[in-house]
Amino acid sequence: MESGASRVAQRGQFRAGKWIFAGALVVLMLFTLFPFYWAIVASLTPDAALFRNPSLWPHQIIGDHYRALFGDRDFITPIRNSLIVAGTTTIFCLAVGTLAAYALARLDFKGKAPIMAFILAVTMFPQISIVSPLYLLLRSLHLIDTYPGLIMPYMTFAMPLTVWVLTGSIRQIPRDLEEAAHVDGATRRQSFTKILLPLAVPSLATTGILTFIYCWNEFLFALSFTLGPERQTVPVAIALFRGQYQVPWGEILAAAVVATAPVAAMVLFFQRRIVQGLTAGAVKG
Amino acid sequence: MARIALEHVDKTYPNGYVAARDLSLEAMDGELLVLVGPSGSGKSTVLRLMAGLERVSDGVIRIGERDVTDLPPQQRDIAMVFQNYALYPHMTVRENLAFGLNIRKQPRALIDERVGAVAASLGLDALLDRKPAQLSGGQRQRVALGRAIVREPLAFLFDEPLSNLDAQLRVETRVELSRLHRKLGATMVYVTHDQSEALTLGDRIAVLKEGVLQQVATPMELYDQPANKFVAGFIGSPAMNFFKGVLTRDGDACEFRGVDLVTPVPCEPTSGGAVFLGVRPQHLEITSDNATGEGTLKGEVGVVEPMGNEQIVYVTLPGGERAVAIAPVRPRITAGERVTIRVRPEGLHLFDAISGRRITRFDWPLTPKRSGH
Amino acid sequence: MKKISRLGNEARLGWTLVAPALIVIGLIAIFPLGWTVWESLHLHELRMPWLGQPFIGLANYVEIANDPRFWGALGHTAFFTVVSISLELLIGLFLALAMNRVFRGRGFVRAAVLVPWAIPTVVAALLWRFIFESEGGIANALLVDAHILRQPMVWFIEAATAWVPVILADVWKTTPFVALLLLAGLQNIDLSLYEAAAVDGANAWWQLRHITLPLLKPAILVTLIFRTLDGFRVFDLIYVLTGGGPGTSTEPVALYTFNALLQNLRFGYGSALSVVIFAITFGLALLYVRGLGVRLGGDEA
Repeated sequence: MESGASRVAQRGQFRAGKWIFAGALVVLMLFTLFPFYWAIVASLTPDAALFRNPSLWPHQIIGDHYRALFGDRDFITPIRNSLIVAGTTTIFCLAVGTLAAYALARLDFKGKAPIMAFILAVTMFPQISIVSPLYLLLRSLHLIDTYPGLIMPYMTFAMPLTVWVLTGSIRQIPRDLEEAAHVDGATRRQSFTKILLPLAVPSLATTGILTFIYCWNEFLFALSFTLGPERQTVPVAIALFRGQYQVPWGEILAAAVVATAPVAAMVLFFQRRIVQGLTAGAVKG
Repeated sequence: MARIALEHVDKTYPNGYVAARDLSLEAMDGELLVLVGPSGSGKSTVLRLMAGLERVSDGVIRIGERDVTDLPPQQRDIAMVFQNYALYPHMTVRENLAFGLNIRKQPRALIDERVGAVAASLGLDALLDRKPAQLSGGQRQRVALGRAIVREPLAFLFDEPLSNLDAQLRVETRVELSRLHRKLGATMVYVTHDQSEALTLGDRIAVLKEGVLQQVATPMELYDQPANKFVAGFIGSPAMNFFKGVLTRDGDACEFRGVDLVTPVPCEPTSGGAVFLGVRPQHLEITSDNATGEGTLKGEVGVVEPMGNEQIVYVTLPGGERAVAIAPVRPRITAGERVTIRVRPEGLHLFDAISGRRITRFDWPLTPKRSGH
Repeated sequence: MKKISRLGNEARLGWTLVAPALIVIGLIAIFPLGWTVWESLHLHELRMPWLGQPFIGLANYVEIANDPRFWGALGHTAFFTVVSISLELLIGLFLALAMNRVFRGRGFVRAAVLVPWAIPTVVAALLWRFIFESEGGIANALLVDAHILRQPMVWFIEAATAWVPVILADVWKTTPFVALLLLAGLQNIDLSLYEAAAVDGANAWWQLRHITLPLLKPAILVTLIFRTLDGFRVFDLIYVLTGGGPGTSTEPVALYTFNALLQNLRFGYGSALSVVIFAITFGLALLYVRGLGVRLGGDEA
């Protein structure tokens, strides 16, 4: 039996623990959010003020950097490139990946486990290991600096990712619904189209979002397989921003805000689903 | 309506687990056959084999006279009610009910009429436009039932359909199911692990253990004439008492000699060797007198479970064995009390200790004349 | 006979459905990998086409073994991986435990924490580079204001200080991912275990040590695998933040390989470097899976 005193002491400890916990959490949140805040503030501050005396509070707000970004910099082009490349890759991977994921989650055949292991192994591939042959291959096919020349390499990571995440989430859909449909008279194709597919729409959306984000953010392939601003994606364009005399930080940050906004919006909106998708199949209890 | 028959069916999973071994079983036309057994007995697998959701490793399955062994579920024309109901969450109750008919491309008017009729008979009219998520457990259960009925299938399969309902609803639904069975006159196969559910529902009951059929019989037969020790122990609650002993023969007289119990038994051709004497708790009588002799045991009361109309008494025998008896509410029996148990002269069973097979069922007094001891 | 053919049908359907995905992966991931190995055994200088592509055996690998810049890069990669992953696991565990609790604003924390993970690494690197710029960098301004630094510091001119923004940026960007993986593991732990422990009089620390951490071990190991492999592939972050500099003092292996390939156009040598990175990553993965007995959720029981 505990004495009353030690129980009181413990409660005190508990309360102190709570405050330390809350404090640490606040510090972490500040650490997480500060760079965004600072990027937004700085992208709206005139260059002169920014470099003379950086201040946490904006004194003068201007839209010059954003105007320059979409004017002289033609930032629309990389955005369009990124949308085309990421969008096409995602749609193709979903179409092909859904079939594979259905088979891996629902059908019973030998070789399933090795296939899953193989796909997982490919997701762990270092991208750099295949840059050289892909470069030579794309060069011989005259696909350097083209959309297909990016979409194809993107499949290397997008396809395994799509199949892996989709398989995980399809497995979480109860199997007896399809069995009930079979008993009710549905063929395999009907139980797939009428039961599983409608139920898997949220999973497909989540997987699509994940794949899209990975493609949108990709840098190494886009840097290696494009030559100029015509086909550069957003990350490459931002990374290669150059000014005449100094680093054009204002415009870079404006571009960073623009590149981040859609992803951030998507994440905030689909937060719960993304977390589920990310962790489906990744960790088993 | 049609019978469902399994003929010498084997089912072995790739991992070596045997769910059915040389199983021959028939649900006759219009019969409600209950498959009962502990978990792992293969009863659900047998149901899934009938539905076509699993394929037999060997043997034949017939529905009516048709060999359906190699037909997929959708061509077998049977309906199944799943344990978790398996209602399609993205469809309304109406769409759930109509699904099977839609798949079969029935005319619109017929679908509407049948769905309407079934909904009315199950009291689902007001719920037709709801999604399953908006229904209570009992309502979901009724939708699952309705989805099966509306198709007018050859037979119905039920996979523990009551196990997700609370106790009261379970009893109500059980009665409802019985009525439904009588009304439709349909062939039904019903899986449960609950022997009391099996006894109350089944026209006949099939007891399974580790993929092997132990006995198929009416509830009364199963209770009175269990084929073996497993069935005897599984059917009836509290479970039958078994006393280990030896069967000896002396001329025309045979005798069971247990640790604490010595008693005459009828002679059977196979008599001899190690046996179990099986006595239902109802047939053990607790007395506090010091009666001795044939059919009595002495022991100490361990636990008493008062049940309202009776008390269940757990008695520890001197050898460490335990016996369960059902006693009237009065007189009150208390834990720690030393009591004498008298075996009532009715419904006794002898089982072979090795095979478990029942050797005989008998009542006292035996004829011819018993031997003394 | 009939039965076998029906089972065969399911297998055939399975392979048919999986085939397109497997073909895509095979054509663009596995086949190039083989090509990399082939390239690595040849002398292939895109700048000097007149040399042709002679087979030179393991000469490229011998060169790697004697290349101080490679060994330096390997050291930088290992250093970066160990330091950033240790920090990420610690902070990620804290965040996961926090997000597993119920408190006001939990939804906000979960969402906020995801954003750094979701944005392009390039953008993250730029944000931190800007924060640590010598001129106009807010880090200097704040540190001077707080009297931690006497005068603004040039972070990117020395290796020791250049690592600070690199590691901070990585921790900032990937801790959310770590926290999420761990959180998924935490949510698999039966809450009644804590209730039972609390009834038995265990305090929060005891519960953490004897329930949470042991049961979280699989999740921690999986996270460790993912992050170690990521760490060895680090490219974008350092390319943008330091460019590998000053000199080559923060250059990781992936960046060195990239430079060998696409700056110096030494395809034979670069391919050999690629093979080495692949082998190291693969070896690490095997080591984890075998040595630590991790079961990745490949197939369900």
